[in-house]
Amino acid sequence: MGLKSDYVREVKAFQPSPPYAANAVKAFFVGGMFCALAQWLADWYGGTFAASPLEAHLWASMVMAGLAIVLTAVGKYDDFSQFAGAGATMLITGLANAIASAAIEHRSEGWTAGVAGQMLKAGGAAVIYGLIAAYVLGLVWP
Amino acid sequence: MEYVRAFLAGGLLCAIVQLIIDRGKWTPAGVAGSLVVFGVLLGFGGVYDPFVAWAGAGATMPLCGFGYWLAKGAMAEPRPEGFVETGAAVFRFAGALFAFIVAGSFAAALTCKPKG
Repeated sequence: MGLKSDYVREVKAFQPSPPYAANAVKAFFVGGMFCALAQWLADWYGGTFAASPLEAHLWASMVMAGLAIVLTAVGKYDDFSQFAGAGATMLITGLANAIASAAIEHRSEGWTAGVAGQMLKAGGAAVIYGLIAAYVLGLVWP
Repeated sequence: MEYVRAFLAGGLLCAIVQLIIDRGKWTPAGVAGSLVVFGVLLGFGGVYDPFVAWAGAGATMPLCGFGYWLAKGAMAEPRPEGFVETGAAVFRFAGALFAFIVAGSFAAALTCKPKG
């Protein structure tokens, strides 16, 4: 029993537990709305350009990501994230928000070390581990 | 009806992930990374294809959908083989999204100053 784990256990009783149900319901509704909107976009694209469902969904995800980048640039996406938690951060739009906000935040440090270097600061975990997993599995999967 | 399915599937996924974040000791970035790897695994296992067929955007929009795009490229027919083909194939679908996000973020950094 280290000092730190003792502290964590002792202080536990005084920490308010997060409102699990309320947070989950908010994430459910906001996340669901984003997905329904993307579904509508995919249907529209698939119907208008006679694209395959796969291509239509990819296009819809890109449009939603673009929307998230614009909302991030005007500083509005954080309001969503504050309210919806995982409903806003655990979608493709959340990845776009993480990368765009890091890029904007670090522009004062210059274009190479700042914007380009720090861009994946928050979104990097998702991209990098997904890429490694897909590459390795792609090599060894029968 | 497909909107309802997308809403339910996407919403449920987000709610479950929210519970994991609230209950566990994981950081949001760790959860995001795990979600993508989870999507890659399900994509390779062939579980995610029927899920996408059923839920549509409710399956592709959450971060595990990004993993699905990665896996989908690596599993495309004809099946890529070796280091060169596999490395290129991984980006076949996910690369579209990734390039767009990175370029868009750079454009945002060009035109906007940090807020707040």
